[in-house]
Amino acid sequence: MWAFIIRRILIMIPMMILASIICFVIIELQPGDFVSQYLDNPRISPEQIRLLREQLALDKPAITRYFMWVKGIVTKGDFGYSFAYQRPVGDLIWERMGWTVIIALVTIALQWVLAVPMGIYSALHPYSPGDYVMTFTGFLGISIPDFFFALILMFFMLKMGSTSVGGLFSTQFIGAPWTWAKFLDLLKHLWMPLVVVGVSGLAGLMRVMRGNMLDIIGSPFITSLRAYGLDEKTVRRHAIKNALNPMVSIAGSELPNVFSGTIITAIVLNLPTMGPFFYNALLNHDQYLVMAFLMFIALITQIGNLLADIALALLDPRIRMS
Amino acid sequence: MEGTRKRVTESFFKHKLGVFGLVVLAILYLIIIFADFIAPYNYTTTHRNFVYAAPSKIRFRDLEGKWRGPYICEMTKARDPITYEVIFTEDLNTVVPVKFFVRGEEYKFLGIWTTNLHLFGVEESPDKAMLLLFGADRFGRDLFSRIVVGGRVSMTVGLLGTFLSVFIGAIIGSLSGYYGGRIDILIQRFIELLRSFPRIPLWLALAVIVPPNWPSTWVYFGIVTVLSLIGWMGVARVMRGLVLSLKEKEFVLAAKVMGVSDMKIIRKHLIPNTLSYLIVVSTLSIPGMILGESSISFLGLGIKEPMTSWGLLLKQAQSLSELESHPWLMIPGIFIMIAVLSFNFVGDALRDAVDPYRTVEKL
Repeated sequence: MWAFIIRRILIMIPMMILASIICFVIIELQPGDFVSQYLDNPRISPEQIRLLREQLALDKPAITRYFMWVKGIVTKGDFGYSFAYQRPVGDLIWERMGWTVIIALVTIALQWVLAVPMGIYSALHPYSPGDYVMTFTGFLGISIPDFFFALILMFFMLKMGSTSVGGLFSTQFIGAPWTWAKFLDLLKHLWMPLVVVGVSGLAGLMRVMRGNMLDIIGSPFITSLRAYGLDEKTVRRHAIKNALNPMVSIAGSELPNVFSGTIITAIVLNLPTMGPFFYNALLNHDQYLVMAFLMFIALITQIGNLLADIALALLDPRIRMS
Repeated sequence: MEGTRKRVTESFFKHKLGVFGLVVLAILYLIIIFADFIAPYNYTTTHRNFVYAAPSKIRFRDLEGKWRGPYICEMTKARDPITYEVIFTEDLNTVVPVKFFVRGEEYKFLGIWTTNLHLFGVEESPDKAMLLLFGADRFGRDLFSRIVVGGRVSMTVGLLGTFLSVFIGAIIGSLSGYYGGRIDILIQRFIELLRSFPRIPLWLALAVIVPPNWPSTWVYFGIVTVLSLIGWMGVARVMRGLVLSLKEKEFVLAAKVMGVSDMKIIRKHLIPNTLSYLIVVSTLSIPGMILGESSISFLGLGIKEPMTSWGLLLKQAQSLSELESHPWLMIPGIFIMIAVLSFNFVGDALRDAVDPYRTVEKL
């Protein structure tokens, strides 16, 4: 078991190195750089542009810049410097991490708490009205573009007379110390991103859970449990336990998926998370910020997969043996 | 083979939602093929008198209550003297009948011959009265016409992108499965690496690579490429799994013993035998592609004017003030939803029919 974990962790090192190369190449392929936005501005002289390029090291060849970047990360944990914010990228990302993680974690928790029982119900009552309703709602949830869903919710909130739609707080609470009223205000705003981000993933999870459950119910081991004369409740418990196993591997990729799922919703709903931040950095060619964000998501995915593999091995002796 | 086909079609048509999806898709594709004919106006023509005009009210009885058939009224634009808000007032005494097969703006039917016949519309000049089924946008362009024409991009991007990604995925996946060993490990690691970036950030980052000064048609193909660059990995994995089990089959071994070249075995034996699964995988991946294109265009990194797509149309509805005062700008979103939903239904039905044991999902 330990050998397996250590091997998996060691594999992550070359993977992250390759990921950094991919990030860098993607950014380098983008036409223009941070300075090119000033090129058409007659108020900025060519000398100034040259100076700026030199200061930002944009005049150096790509390979040199790549190694400078990697050297910074490895030796100092420095992910580079944001051109637009004129601050280290690490700090900037760290500042927005809080809300991003909170929204992502609450969304995931809600999704799982709802999706698993719904999937189990629909598998135990296949083709019943309840199953149909859930399947249909599930399909709707997968099919509605998240940004459109966010727009619709905002529209209805506006029509119902709400004055502060979008963001996480009403104007009077921004920057105010935490009070009970501020917390309530937060809840009033938070439900929208949770619903929008949650619904699409919820539908997918529910479908997978239903599929797993149907597979297990149809398998011979459930028949043999029944043949032993176990009551339905116990049989169901065994079925659910086994149907949950494959869900663990999905759980591993949940965090990065929800992270990236919030990007567009956060732009529409104007949330202080990493999504809009990443988007603006992309538009501004703030390349170190973009690369750091991509690397960060890649790292979370790798860690998530690792944890899922370990959990699966612990849960399922068949995997542990091979 | 004949029996299999019959079983598959029967099983597909038993799936009510799948058939429903298929019908909706057929209608949508007919609409986009004859888009110029169905659209009452040219999608790029601006109309100063109808900036942000709400959807036209279609009336049937005039002021005296006499039946006049469907008609709309002439509109006059004025400004509120205090708030300077634009107000449209209908001149209820005028009757502008809505007719089928009216003459309007000229266009090239299917790009072949020039005509000015439109499926429906009004004969009045667009300065006085316009038939705006879904209202007008910031430049007074008819939103219905824009949606119909924008569908051309939205409904084909998924098809082309899927085609390209299945093509790449099938080749790489079958090479990986067929040769095994070091090539397989290399390809699998590479796929795993690419998959460690979630789709949306990668899509956005890749979409920025498409140069903004390219002509719209090039941008369109650029976006298709971006979508398929990420889509092929799933196909490759399914393909590898299928090839792994197929390559031990007797007919493949026989071909090998007879000295058939590897490429020919892959082309003639392996890919045709996985075709039905490939169709399922592609149908299931189209919705994601459509959503991807609309997200990218919605954020302004995708399709650009004068071309349009449903995602790009929805971009106009992004601000709160637009939402409140011109809610009809959200209508393109409904079309995205209908298209994606229909593809999902069809994909699901097709999988149940072709792949009852859900091989594709388990791979």
